Amino acid sequence: MNFPILSVITFLPFVSAVIMLLMPANRKNEIRGVALATATADLLLAGWLYLQYLTGGLTGYQFVETYNWLPALGISLKFGVDGMSAPLVLLTGIVMFTGVLISWGDYDEAHHLSAGIQDRPREFFAFLFLLAGGVFGVFVSLDLFMLFFFYEIAVFPMYLLIAIWGWVKTREYAAMKLTLYLFIGSVVALVGALVMYWTQYQNTGVLSFDMIQMESAGFSASFQYIWFLPVFLGFAVLGGIWPFHNWSPDGHVAAPTAVSMFHAGVLMKLGAFAALRVGVMLLPEGAKQWSWLIMTFAAIAVVYGAYIAFVQTDLKYMIGFSSVSHMGLVMLGVSTLNHNGLVGAGVQMFSHGVMTALFFAITGMIYDRSHTRQIPELGGIAKVMPFATIGFIIGGLVSMGMPGFSGFVAEFPIFMGVWGRQWFVAVIASISIIITAAYIMINIRKVFFSPMPENLQEHHIGDVTVLDKVAIATLCFCMIIIGIFPSVMVPMVERGVENILRLLGGA
Amino acid sequence: MTHEFVTGLVWLIPLPPLLAFALIVLFTNKNKALSHTVAISAAFLSWLGAMIVFWNAVKVEHFGEHPFASSVNWLPTGETWLKVGVLIDPLSAAVLFFVGWTVLMIFIYSVGYHNFGQPAGDHDHAGLPPHGATVHGHAVPSIEPMYSRFFAFIGLFAFGMYTLVVSDNLLTLFVGWEIMGLCSYLLIGFWYGKPSARNAAVKAFMTTRIGDVFMLIGIAFLYYATGTLSYREIFTEETLHVLSTVPSGVFGLSAAGLIAVLLFIGTIGKSAQFPLHVWLPDAMEGPTPVSAMIHAATMVSAGVYAVIRMFPLLSAGWHEGGPLTTAMTFVAFIGAFTAIFAATIAVAQNDIKRVLAYSTISQLGFMIAAIGMGAYIAAVFHLITHAFFKALLFLGSGSVIHGMEHGVLHTGNHKVDPQDMFNMGGLRKKMPVTFWTFLIGGFALSGFPLITAGFWSKDEILADAFVNGHLTIFITLAIAAFMTAFYTMRQITLTFLGEARTKEAEHAQENKWTMTAPLVVLSVFAIGYGWVGIPEHFPLLGGLVPNWIHEFVGGTLAEHPPVLEFNIVPLLTSLVVALGGLALGWFVYKDIKSPAEDKFQIPFLKNKYYFDEAYDYLFVKPLTWFSEVFVSKWMDKGVIDSILHIFGPATGGLGTFIREKFDVPVVNRFFGDGSADATYWIGKNLRPIQTGRIQQYLILSIVVLFVVGGLVYFFLLA
Repeated sequence: MNFPILSVITFLPFVSAVIMLLMPANRKNEIRGVALATATADLLLAGWLYLQYLTGGLTGYQFVETYNWLPALGISLKFGVDGMSAPLVLLTGIVMFTGVLISWGDYDEAHHLSAGIQDRPREFFAFLFLLAGGVFGVFVSLDLFMLFFFYEIAVFPMYLLIAIWGWVKTREYAAMKLTLYLFIGSVVALVGALVMYWTQYQNTGVLSFDMIQMESAGFSASFQYIWFLPVFLGFAVLGGIWPFHNWSPDGHVAAPTAVSMFHAGVLMKLGAFAALRVGVMLLPEGAKQWSWLIMTFAAIAVVYGAYIAFVQTDLKYMIGFSSVSHMGLVMLGVSTLNHNGLVGAGVQMFSHGVMTALFFAITGMIYDRSHTRQIPELGGIAKVMPFATIGFIIGGLVSMGMPGFSGFVAEFPIFMGVWGRQWFVAVIASISIIITAAYIMINIRKVFFSPMPENLQEHHIGDVTVLDKVAIATLCFCMIIIGIFPSVMVPMVERGVENILRLLGGA
Repeated sequence: MTHEFVTGLVWLIPLPPLLAFALIVLFTNKNKALSHTVAISAAFLSWLGAMIVFWNAVKVEHFGEHPFASSVNWLPTGETWLKVGVLIDPLSAAVLFFVGWTVLMIFIYSVGYHNFGQPAGDHDHAGLPPHGATVHGHAVPSIEPMYSRFFAFIGLFAFGMYTLVVSDNLLTLFVGWEIMGLCSYLLIGFWYGKPSARNAAVKAFMTTRIGDVFMLIGIAFLYYATGTLSYREIFTEETLHVLSTVPSGVFGLSAAGLIAVLLFIGTIGKSAQFPLHVWLPDAMEGPTPVSAMIHAATMVSAGVYAVIRMFPLLSAGWHEGGPLTTAMTFVAFIGAFTAIFAATIAVAQNDIKRVLAYSTISQLGFMIAAIGMGAYIAAVFHLITHAFFKALLFLGSGSVIHGMEHGVLHTGNHKVDPQDMFNMGGLRKKMPVTFWTFLIGGFALSGFPLITAGFWSKDEILADAFVNGHLTIFITLAIAAFMTAFYTMRQITLTFLGEARTKEAEHAQENKWTMTAPLVVLSVFAIGYGWVGIPEHFPLLGGLVPNWIHEFVGGTLAEHPPVLEFNIVPLLTSLVVALGGLALGWFVYKDIKSPAEDKFQIPFLKNKYYFDEAYDYLFVKPLTWFSEVFVSKWMDKGVIDSILHIFGPATGGLGTFIREKFDVPVVNRFFGDGSADATYWIGKNLRPIQTGRIQQYLILSIVVLFVVGGLVYFFLLA
């Protein structure tokens, strides 16, 4: 037994959350220090894990750990990563690290500047880490029960984080909406999962939630046909699939910056990932039967999200709907069930996670300094926040799939894959490329390069802090390195995809 | 130098400008002199590499069969890799030659154009053109506030172009293509303080982006059909044969035809062909070296290069002299139409740069028409000569504007537009170098016979059209050529000839050597480059100099195109339209003093056939409406959110219903309260018997005993 790296990554945030809650509330900087140290440690561990998987040429599930938990019911704590989940673990580490950095904030009485989290950081970071731990847990769980367990842990703190630290105007509505959607989705999926558990027992006589075992549970075609949709869509709600996407933009807008980053950057991946892992991998026949429906929903989401993003006047709503559009691309890739599409979906999950985290981070920085997110009220940010401007432009280029950035490496295979399945869906989805470019460019022009409105000049907007710059640079680095050297991620995702294709019958 | 060495060198050509971009952005951007040194050194290194590669390519016998090529794995796709690599065949070698020269000249020119060595302006702001400084009470030009940033951006731009040219596959071509799209956005909007510049930048990016999406779809289709994106693997006989025989099911095109048309739509965007031409004139908002960069050296040439590159695909199923395929007809039609359409607009423009912008669109139309009718070599030839003389003209116009700005600073009357040709006149005396070089460029553009490069390349296109029987195209292009000569002479007359029409023009000044030297170099090519392509059968001159362009570039194709038969009709046409147009232009405009006297100020032409307005009503407004009203308000906020919002009240309603009709009356009243009531009632009614008297209890017990005993006896035992 080697070093239990996955358990450490997953439980470190929980431990850290408890430690922070035990610290005195007024020692804000010490609490932040603990948070940053934890996040850094998790990032390094996740990075090490990623590099091990990548450079070791590993395939299948690795770093597996098993601890019996409730043997009578076949529930065990079983962790492991494959080529699909390892990038997502790294993504969570990155978002956690940068999320803590930009939440550290800057407090300046003279300029009425209160960036980051100044109100009860102890509770904030504790809840944030509960969320992070839950997310890690979902990505590494190989046990269906544990996957649900961590899934609920991840969803629950969102309510508190939004309702307490969120934007005053909509936080209660948004928090409730989000909770309703996600819990209903997960209950539907849970019913499906329990049915699968029970059917496996009837088929094979084994009582187990072990997902690797379930892959060979011998579910009949009709069974898969009936249960695929509840399971897949139940999870996909969290992935923001159309028409169940509406919780997400409202949630993004109401959430504080770091939570928005987590929410769009990682949490939505959770939905897509679980839908893939449980829906497609355990019910492959069902996936084949229903892929047309998923593809339809996804194609609608891609274009639909882009259209709505185009007319938003609130910067966060714009990014929120652009997330719907980009997560639609993930689902589109998944729905192809072919090599290119799935690889693209895998890379897109990472790419979109980093990109949207960057967008929300910078929007938060602008909001803290200008006290508005209304695009028509903003202008001239490029002069006062040049570093953030470059970051936002890079994010924009990723968003519109510019070659040389990670977005292209993700979207290109997706389009290839979709073309192989249904060429006209590819054509329809490509409309979004134009619209995405339009809203990104028009908004960059307005927010960053148009003259600064007079009432903004009174705010004496200053530049972002050093920590903010580190966060922006980290996120940009990831997007550029993948764009230029796709082989730092694609071969790994491919190995994960091979496993999925094997379950799909070598399609 | 060995083949391998040169091939290795090809990989390095694009890198110096990229490195310069990084260095300037990260380190030198505070130091203006260092920044331009870095940028120009990089441009020089790339130029040197390009020249070495070009020279080695020319020396190789049958170079088309032994190109410099190598590739590496980049993006894994299942069992295979998407490879990226470099390929220098005759076509890319020829393109590399002009790109190297024009880029280097533009870089050097930019130093003077942005007033290097001048003091910082009194009221200059980043994002606005410099307004001049005051030194000892005199107004002098001031240096561009974002000088370093400019060099960084054009470095990136050059990187995009070099990448595109040396690519051996559509993927890296697309990468270079998109990088240039981005740079055009950054550079057109360089003076972002001007609303017009910001809008032009977005417009350019969006319009070309529409084309790009079609191109991407074409690439996806091609990849799906062939499993590769590398030119040399696609342009094999078998692959092309398969592609040209498989029907695509769209407009009766073959698969090859459809892919070629999709890729060509990318070119329509990038090379500003009708109907996506609207961005290019507005792109004049950028600094003039950028206009030269976009219009000659890089971006629009890239579009034409791409379609020339895809010629084997476009012409799959076509044989020399045979009827054109549907795809080719489409391309030829777009090209010819654009050529004449843009030329008519150019006649009515008064801004010196806008005239050139429309002339670019028109000349690109010539090339596109040529490639559409299978005149491969003529298209390449015109692409190259055009790049030289159009770079020359743009830099020349920048020089004129710069000289006029001197005049404006001198008089202090900032209301005078230094770009309006009606404010000029008589500049030949003030700016002799600019005048002579501009004259050369203008004559090359008009196709002035025998000496200019433009004559030979344009004549080649006309001859091809005539000899192969494409009479409609021939006539269209001939008329367009006539108009070209006309508006060019109009421009030269209004700008340089006659007398100064304003005080500012009187005080215009010739510019420094950094600006004039590139003009001289480019004008050498604007004349000399024509001589490498003199047709063999041309009267008198034919055969004196070998028709190198035909020999060399023709080697790119699998089958060397045949030498064209000489015909006197297109030659005479060329002569008449060029000389006639020039003469008429001079005659009409030599005495005109103000726009009011100009008979060609037709509102319809001046407003570019109202395309901007039409697009606004046809596309932009409906898009906004569709997004705002239909998708956002009706669908998302209306239908989908309403379902959620109904869900709340509905759940509540159901709850209320259950509460009021079932929970309260049945569960609460009947079972809950009811059981309590019953218990209470029973207790209350039983209370009187709880008297505490033993005798009463005993009597009751005996009575009950008898009653129960009687009942048991009666029912069970009897």
